[in-house]
Amino acid sequence: MKYKLTKKQKKMLTRIIIAVVLLAVIAVTLHFVEVPWWAELILYAVPYAIAGYDVLKTAFINLIHGQIFDEKFLMTVATVGAFVTGEYPEASFVMLFYQVGELFQSIAVGRSRKSIAKLMDIRPDSATVIREDREIEVSPDEVEVGEIIIVKPGEKIPLDGVIVEGASTVNQAALTGESAPVDKGYSDNVISGTLNLTGVIKIRTTSTFGQSTVSKILELVENASDKKAKVENFITKFARYYTPAVVIAALVLGIIPPLFLGIGSWEIWKEWLTRACVFLVVSCPCALVVSVPLSFFGGIGGASKDGILIKGAGYMEVLSKIDTVVFDKTGTLTKGVFEVDDVHPNLISVAELKDIAACCESFSSHPVAQSIVRAHEGHIDKSLIGEVNEIAGKGVKAVVDGKTYYCGNGQLMDMCGAKWHDCHLTGTIIHVAREDAGVVDYLGHIIINDQIKEDSEEAMRSLKNAGVKRLVMLTGDKKSVAENVANKLGLTGFFAELLPAGKVSKVEEMLADGKGRLAFVGDGINDAPVLMRADCGIAMGAMGSDAAIESADVVLMDDKPSKIADAIKIARKTMRIVWENIIFALGVKAVILILGALGIANMWFAVFGDVGVLIIAVLNAMRCMRRLNK
Amino acid sequence: MKKTFELEDLDCANCAMKMQEAVLKIPGVKGCEVSFIKQKMTLEADDADFDKILKQAVKTIAKVEPDCTVLL
Repeated sequence: MKYKLTKKQKKMLTRIIIAVVLLAVIAVTLHFVEVPWWAELILYAVPYAIAGYDVLKTAFINLIHGQIFDEKFLMTVATVGAFVTGEYPEASFVMLFYQVGELFQSIAVGRSRKSIAKLMDIRPDSATVIREDREIEVSPDEVEVGEIIIVKPGEKIPLDGVIVEGASTVNQAALTGESAPVDKGYSDNVISGTLNLTGVIKIRTTSTFGQSTVSKILELVENASDKKAKVENFITKFARYYTPAVVIAALVLGIIPPLFLGIGSWEIWKEWLTRACVFLVVSCPCALVVSVPLSFFGGIGGASKDGILIKGAGYMEVLSKIDTVVFDKTGTLTKGVFEVDDVHPNLISVAELKDIAACCESFSSHPVAQSIVRAHEGHIDKSLIGEVNEIAGKGVKAVVDGKTYYCGNGQLMDMCGAKWHDCHLTGTIIHVAREDAGVVDYLGHIIINDQIKEDSEEAMRSLKNAGVKRLVMLTGDKKSVAENVANKLGLTGFFAELLPAGKVSKVEEMLADGKGRLAFVGDGINDAPVLMRADCGIAMGAMGSDAAIESADVVLMDDKPSKIADAIKIARKTMRIVWENIIFALGVKAVILILGALGIANMWFAVFGDVGVLIIAVLNAMRCMRRLNK
Repeated sequence: MKKTFELEDLDCANCAMKMQEAVLKIPGVKGCEVSFIKQKMTLEADDADFDKILKQAVKTIAKVEPDCTVLL
């Protein structure tokens, strides 16, 4: 990845190069030529000043402002201390090394920030609006609801709207993480932030830019830091005590031991002052303070690439501890759309039964009827259909190809006198009978159910693999239907025939007896109270739904329940990286402090303990941004 | 009123934290977040005093970290 240095960074780089060359020349020269100590001091002070004059300046200003726990001030004390104790080359090299580290850090952090910003680069820059028959390019803010915009192939769709002319395929990956493009044509809804791939389309806008999906998402991700994680608060508190504690320890170390070991000996004072300087250098908690929020930010950014919006680091923490996931049934685990599950014919073939049922139902707008029509392969020859009578609450009686058919529930079968039987499967059962020359034959039945989503089963498997112990479904639906879905998906429990208030109390019961955290997954439209009550409310299918984005803590842009396991995995990975960094940074600092106190670790160690650790922690934090391997 | 400002040359995360704390101590400030990652400061204060408080916040930031400037 290319990264352009800023002006300040370039200047720093130049100073570092000059200082390095000078230092090398001085070190080599002094190797061969003997000079008095004061000459040596002056010689080493030159590269020291070139590399670190800004550090000295800031330290001085901070001292005036009473900021004595500032990193630069401490660095100054440490290096000046090294000059005082006669370690001229060390003082120079340490300052140089520190500045190299600072530059590195600045570049690493700058790069991280850039790539996170890039992750969220879904904001459309302009919109082409048609006004008075002319195409005008304007900022998306200036387009009003109901105006017609034109989007060419390769352009981002700037505002939510409906296609009024043209057709195209649209890449929604920026919002959903799903890379397969979607076909869109006349009267289809399109969503801002998605990419128009193939055709020119005209869109009538249905929202202002501020209200559009893309603005909502950006706002959500950018303000994701609102709810801080516990670790973040811990680090903030820790940092507040760490620096003063280490500085006080340095003072104690520099003064107390020489008082006892040899108050009059310069050698002993020198030795302990050096050790104190090591303490001062590692006293900055920067590695923790940068890498922890950076990890969370990276994790949130990475998850948003997969169509998972997490509203704050705090929820990331909660997600990582989830052991109970409670689902709403309709629209979450199932599609919320009726479809033909099975066809059980009697006397005739499956195809024939489907054909007859489709003909009978082809004039009805009832969802069950439509599912039968959808299940019919091929063309329905409507010219064969004669008189159709709907029998309220029972079904239809239709004349097809000269014969009379009955298509409906058991009551209808009783009415026409067919010898029907119930089905062993659960769901909505549509029976079909034929009346031909006074003889009524039962032709079988069609089983219709709300379909389980394709990836629901896979989702449950991966949640179990991820260590989620309880998978519970709540539904207002009949017990038999709920049981059927629960068994198919291998859920650990279900509660059926619940009213909305019942869902809340069930969740509260589970909250009370669970050890880990509980997540509730719903479609976000009628589940708001439950979403709020759960430790972590997850709303699904949020493309274009404001309600879901507002009430949930985690928002899944598409309808896939398998994203829940992904979200948990991302959260765990992020938490692992956060803890890795905390333990690594504190561990290295602790070791250096101990070795420093014993006189084993010198200034070189100390500078590594400061900037080296920071750079490694930042690089590690960047791993949070990477998407899961699939 | 809540407003967000960009910060230039905010180089250390610890300083960002210190700035935030210092700004929060200014009388009249209702909320403040200095984000090192976003290089932004969000300041919340009463509408009437906002400009005055903003000026103080800018001064405070310059005190904590002389290199860092608030882009107004």
